[in-house]
Amino acid sequence: MSTTKIIIAGFGGQGILFTGKLMAYQGMIAGRYVSWLPSYGPEVRGGTCNCSVIVSDEPIGSPIIDSPDIVIAMNRPSLDKYEPTLAKGGKLFVESSLIDRKAERDDVTVYYVPAAEIASENGDNRLGNMVVHGNVMSRSDCFPFDTVAAAIEKVISARHRDLLDINMKMLEAGYKYES
Amino acid sequence: MSEKVLMKGNEAIAEAAIRSGCRFYLGYPITPQTEVAAYMAKRMPKIGGTFLQAESELSAINMVYGVASAGKRCMTSSSSPGISLKCEGLSYLAACDLPSVIVNVQRGGPGLGGIQPSQSDYFQATKGSGHGDFRMIVLAPSSVQEMADLTSLAFDLADKHRMPAMILADGTIGQMMEPVELAEDMHATQYEKPWACTGTKLERGHNIINSLILKPEILERLNIERYEKYKIVESEEVRYEEYMMDDAEICIVAFGIASRVAKSAIMEARKQGVKVGLIRPITLWPFPAEPIRAAADKVKAFISVELSMGQLIYDVRLASECKKPVHLCSRVGGMITSPDYVLKKILEVNEMGGAV
Amino acid sequence: MVVFEKPHGLTDVPLHYCPGCTHGIIHRLVAEAMDELGIEGRTVGVASVGCSVMSYDYFNCDMVQAAHGRAPAVATGLKRALPDNIVFTYQGDGDLAAIGTAETVHSAARGENITIIFVNNAIYGMTGGQMAPTSLPGQVTQTSPYGRDVKTAGYPVRVCELLSSLDGPAYLERVSVDSPKAVKNAKRAILKAFRNQVEGKGFSLVEVLSTCPTNWGMTPVEALEWCRENMVPYYPLGVYKDKYADEEAAK
Repeated sequence: MSTTKIIIAGFGGQGILFTGKLMAYQGMIAGRYVSWLPSYGPEVRGGTCNCSVIVSDEPIGSPIIDSPDIVIAMNRPSLDKYEPTLAKGGKLFVESSLIDRKAERDDVTVYYVPAAEIASENGDNRLGNMVVHGNVMSRSDCFPFDTVAAAIEKVISARHRDLLDINMKMLEAGYKYES
Repeated sequence: MSEKVLMKGNEAIAEAAIRSGCRFYLGYPITPQTEVAAYMAKRMPKIGGTFLQAESELSAINMVYGVASAGKRCMTSSSSPGISLKCEGLSYLAACDLPSVIVNVQRGGPGLGGIQPSQSDYFQATKGSGHGDFRMIVLAPSSVQEMADLTSLAFDLADKHRMPAMILADGTIGQMMEPVELAEDMHATQYEKPWACTGTKLERGHNIINSLILKPEILERLNIERYEKYKIVESEEVRYEEYMMDDAEICIVAFGIASRVAKSAIMEARKQGVKVGLIRPITLWPFPAEPIRAAADKVKAFISVELSMGQLIYDVRLASECKKPVHLCSRVGGMITSPDYVLKKILEVNEMGGAV
Repeated sequence: MVVFEKPHGLTDVPLHYCPGCTHGIIHRLVAEAMDELGIEGRTVGVASVGCSVMSYDYFNCDMVQAAHGRAPAVATGLKRALPDNIVFTYQGDGDLAAIGTAETVHSAARGENITIIFVNNAIYGMTGGQMAPTSLPGQVTQTSPYGRDVKTAGYPVRVCELLSSLDGPAYLERVSVDSPKAVKNAKRAILKAFRNQVEGKGFSLVEVLSTCPTNWGMTPVEALEWCRENMVPYYPLGVYKDKYADEEAAK
């Protein structure tokens, strides 16, 4: 029996909610319980944006996460806000091409992923979210890489079908990245 | 059953309404329920249905009154401040015995309040949704799947008992996504509506849908008759979930999002050896008074976990006939109780002791 | 030989209106329109709040009573649910031009294919003669006892003129029922407003200048004269909008 609680946070437009959906679909495809909860309202218009995803082997009680097992910080305010909430022994992913400070916690594992840079090298600097998620998949057994292709099919809208390949490429690049 | 899909609670309501035969949605935008309107705007034109964005909540609920008068399934949705505006219409719908479904995805109040989740419209939904003596069926979903299932049920119950039915959700359940399984056709029962105003075809006397009754003796009789109907609803339609109540010494009463948080807290409390259980009202009206009354003989205390300043707690006290103390555990204004916060309350109440 | 009879569109329920009130005439014109177009069996009327609230008892078609001011919204719901039926509202000035202004303007702006019969008697009759949105400057009412002072109570609302600026309405006309000739003209307008809906032409509103002898404190004859001499100059009669006028003229 295991439950993984993930918070993804960054700027609006960084694909935060999309990444969360992708994770939720991967969990669902694996036959597990999932919940996805976004921040909403005017606060997300051009500002910070976050999303809570829970993947579990048992029915999920509260979808609200106080103490996440994984935090993905895509910008500095998100790192400041969520680093202190991370559970002891949790995993912290830092978008190091956009965040100028190091993590302060020493009771968690920190992964620095220069996601925007890697995305740019692979042809589209907007897809840092996919690079980070690729890296998350390599660092956590919560999201097996072999479920991601089927999941992304579900998440990507019909009019963005042409972006499937580039998204997969970014996920792979992130998966292979070792800091 | 079709395959499981990830859906937002608000979208699940909209899709379930469509699959339950609702072809008329009349609404006005307000956070955090706007996805219902957006979904309907997208889908209705493709299935020959009607999506209409009204000029106000008042107008929207009165369009519902018009469609319902024609005997067609219809729905409107809003969030707290908008529901206050709809209350006039709710009174008229109830007075004219018109089946209709109203969704309230609650946010913090009073006034304009905030946009984060709340349950502070409990009194409004269950006790005072407008002027005069009337009731609405009030259903409280606690998951995205229930957003769909209870929406479908709301249409059936509204038709069956000829009265408005409300889905009382909150911003969290409305915004969150969970896997949902939807039946292709959720339109369980077709109800004859000989009372509907669809034209006499010169074959019958005219139907009149009206709530103006100037003779007190007649208005009294109609009120009494309507309450006879409510008694039937109370005897037939109570729905609730009991969770770990068999050996419980403390009984939490909570609905919607608060009940989910409570479940997480209960699991943790049990790990610490505290026997706590949950009664989750699914129908807020009719209220599941009987199981709470029965629990009052077994447990040492109740905790009402709610996102309001103590509204549900009144019904818990009434139902338990004040046989055992009822404690309040609440956050308001868009703040949400965490499992830890509830756990703390459980341990505190447990410490208080008291005879079982 | 029968030379005059009650239209089929009216029930046998005796009208409750005061002596000399012109609601009775306007009811009859609506019923005659239903008869002549043969639409009674598929018509649903919406009664509003005001003196005409009990019109649900008087019209023989199916009737829905609406909350104060909401009749156009209720009619919108009905018409959307029953596109093949004929849906009309029967509203007074308080209902249509005060508490229900938003519903009036927006049902017109949407061009809902409904018919509105708007009875303007420049006063709140049912509640006993208070100032209406259409009460004239200087008009004495229970709530303007010194005469409507436009400095504090503002000016009357001219509904046809107001709505004529919108693209939505198909037909807007103001008529009166202060003389047999005027009644004949009103009948033509009301018939047209219903026929428009039958033909799918869209939002049609006929404003009928009406009298309230009781609350105006006049005899019925004086009231008709007052309407002619005071209301008609402020509310000029005529067609304010007719989208299909050219098309119909060409026929």
